[in-house]
This record gives sequence, structure tokens and C-alpha cells, in this order.
Amino acid sequence: MDKYVCTLCGYVYDPEAGDPDNDVEPGTSWEDVPDEWECPVCGAGKDDFEKEE
Amino acid sequence: MKPTKIAEGVYDVGVLDWNIRDFHGYSTNRGTSYNAFLVIDEKIALIDTVKAPFADQLISNISQVIDPKKIDVVISNHTEMDHTGSLPRVMNLIGETKPLYCSKMGAKNLAGHFPNAWNYHPVKDGEELSLGKRTLTFMETRMIHWPDSMFTYLNEDHILFSSDGFGQHYAGFEKFDDQADADLMPQAKKYYANILMLYAPRILKLVEKVVASGIQIDMICPDHGILWRKDPGKIINAYLQWSRQEPEEKAIVIYDTMWKSTETMANAIAEGISSTGVKAKPIHLRSSDRSDIMTDVLDAAAIVVGSPTLNNQMFPTMADFLTYMKGLKPENKIGGAFGSYGWSGESVKLVAAELTAMKFKMIESGPRLQYVPDAQGIEACAAYGRKIGEAVKAK
Repeated sequence: MDKYVCTLCGYVYDPEAGDPDNDVEPGTSWEDVPDEWECPVCGAGKDDFEKEE
Repeated sequence: MKPTKIAEGVYDVGVLDWNIRDFHGYSTNRGTSYNAFLVIDEKIALIDTVKAPFADQLISNISQVIDPKKIDVVISNHTEMDHTGSLPRVMNLIGETKPLYCSKMGAKNLAGHFPNAWNYHPVKDGEELSLGKRTLTFMETRMIHWPDSMFTYLNEDHILFSSDGFGQHYAGFEKFDDQADADLMPQAKKYYANILMLYAPRILKLVEKVVASGIQIDMICPDHGILWRKDPGKIINAYLQWSRQEPEEKAIVIYDTMWKSTETMANAIAEGISSTGVKAKPIHLRSSDRSDIMTDVLDAAAIVVGSPTLNNQMFPTMADFLTYMKGLKPENKIGGAFGSYGWSGESVKLVAAELTAMKFKMIESGPRLQYVPDAQGIEACAAYGRKIGEAVKAK
């Protein structure tokens, strides 16, 4: 599963780890992360993320 | 410095730092100030504090207005230590259990700075706090320029406490934009270029949101430098212009040099650019501070970079500068690379790769000359300069 990088602050969303603090279970692919989810570091929306090269 | 009354019941109790010249790598040739604000109502609020070594002055300034123990609430718009360094002293003096208002990220980040178990009140965007007759509204401004950043707006007086936004590193006897000297806007521009440029898209969205909300802004009070009371629109419009990153018809040729060969090339390229009618400025790295160069980068259409090759690498000062510039994410630039060398000559390729990674539109092929440029080499540089000038004009 692809990782996604926040273009604002550099946080990397790793599907294996998920974001359990914000109700995203480990193993959640980027596509299944809810649209209203925000970057846990800086609050950017999903639109501000890019696939990690 | 004495406290300054900026509106009825509103005081700047901040301090001046006349002598700071290096602010985490940013050259502060005018010093700076750490502004903090006291709002006196049925409840008394302190908005931000100052850098730790100035805590005594802050407390002395507050004491000239009220007994500091009467402060009911503290608001932290931004966690960075030039605004929170005096929090431990202030909280200790006024009472460790007094409420400390900040953003959600602020509560997290303050806890990462200070071990004290303060009474955090994380607020949401748009949340209000009544002080009695007057009300504060909190406005989240995440990543402008830290995750915790927020603004606080005093509804009845139409005053925006904007944290680092709209600030300048500027220490002066003056307090307001109508009193400051001609260096005010250049210092505001330098601050934007070095602290905020990388957040340009976010700043545009924020300003649009504020304009759309229709709130009236009579005064903008940043945490550094001069307060904008005569014409807050001037700095808002400047931020819009800088954030759009629309360049002037201007090119800068940034170079370092060992035996003047790359310098000779830089001057010839700048001449070539000028001959097309485009403004061109050669900038010697070791004679300039990187933060001043970034101010020039902000509105330049073309950034042309020249480095000698030293031990198969680009010159080390250039690696420093390119790393700094890359982080600030300048957009919409034309790029060029050139340099002199002795025997291997890797620098031009290395510099070009860095500029390409910054998404600059590269103009091929920058001159790469061995030892000392001859007349033909100098003409090649001038021709390259003309090519860059034409590309700037075609933009």
C-alpha cells in the first residue's frame, strides 16, 4: 500500500500504521482514509497530500 | 520600553531586542521586538509573552498597567519560544492554574516545550471568549507558520493579534506604521520571504477566508515589530501580492568564487541579462546574508546560480544557500546554472540538479568554463544572459 506525504509539513501517512489517535485503524489504505480526516501534525486536508515517490 | 496604550484598555507590554543580529540564522540587522498584549476588561487577558531573557522587562511593563496577579487568562497564539519563553515566569507569578488558551496543536506543542502541568484550554477555529464587555475570537492559522499558530481577534475594537503574521524584525522608538521609517516595508518583505514564503498557498486561502468573512480590521498587531494602524490594508495587500509569487522583470545571479573566474562569469551573465532590458543583480554569496538574498528571490523572475567546483563538489556555501532556498519553496522561477572549474567541473551539473528539483524552468546550457574565462568564454556568458533575459520577458 502506498504512503502519502503532507505537502505542507512533511508528515507521512503510512497505511500499515494508520492514525489510531484519530480513529484510522492500522492497515487502512489511503483511499479508505475518511475525506474529513486531517493531517495529525498540521491539520492539512487529504487534498494537500501527495503519493510518496 | 514602557507599555504603549494602543486602544482603550489595550496595551502593548512587549519588549525591544535592539542588539540581536542573528535570529536562528536570519540576519536581523534592525534587531527585533517581542510584542505581547494586555486587554483590560472585567477579565484581564495577556496575549503572548516574550523571549525568556526579557521576562523581567515584560513583568515590569505589565506592572506599570496593572498588578500582574490580576491577569485572569493567558492566550498563546504561537508556541515558538520567542513568544512563550516567559510563560513559566508569568504563570508562576499569576497562578499556575489560571486558564491558558491556545489551539489544539498549541496544547500539544506547549507540552513538548514545558514540563509544567498548565490548565490548557484548547480552542477551535471561530471559538469565542468573553472578557465581560469585550469578546475575543480565535482563528486557527495552522502552518502559518507552525502547526499551533492562531490569530486572536478583539471583536469590539476590530484589532487582530496576528502572531508572526504581518510581522517584521524591526526594533525602533516608534510603535506604529505611521511613525516607522522607510525600512518598514523592506523588513516586512524580508520577514515574509524567510519565514512564510513556503506557505504562500495557505496564506492566500487564509486571507481570502478573512476577506469573505467580512470582519472589520482597524489594527493588526503582530508579535514582532511595528503595529499596523494607519493602513492595515497595505500589509494585507502586500501579503496577497507576495503569496501569488508574481515576479518582477528581474533576475538575480547568485554566485560564489575562489579565484574570480565564476565572478567574472556572473558579471558577464548579469550584463547579458541587462542588455535585454531586464533588471539583473549579481550577488556574491559570502558578501551577503542568505536571508537578504531570499528577499531578492521572492520577486525575481529568474534565479541564475554559479559555483566553482571544489574537490568534485559545488562550493560549500552554495550547498548551504540551495538547501535554504529549497526549503522556502519559491515558485514560478526560471533557473540557470554556470561555473568555472579546474579539472573535473561537476558543480554546474550538481547545481542544475538542485534547481530542477525545486521545479525551476531551467535554461540550458549554462556555461562551464575551465580555469580563467577568455574573451570567447565571456561572450558565451553574455549570450547565456541574453537568453535568460529573453525568457524573463516572454513570461
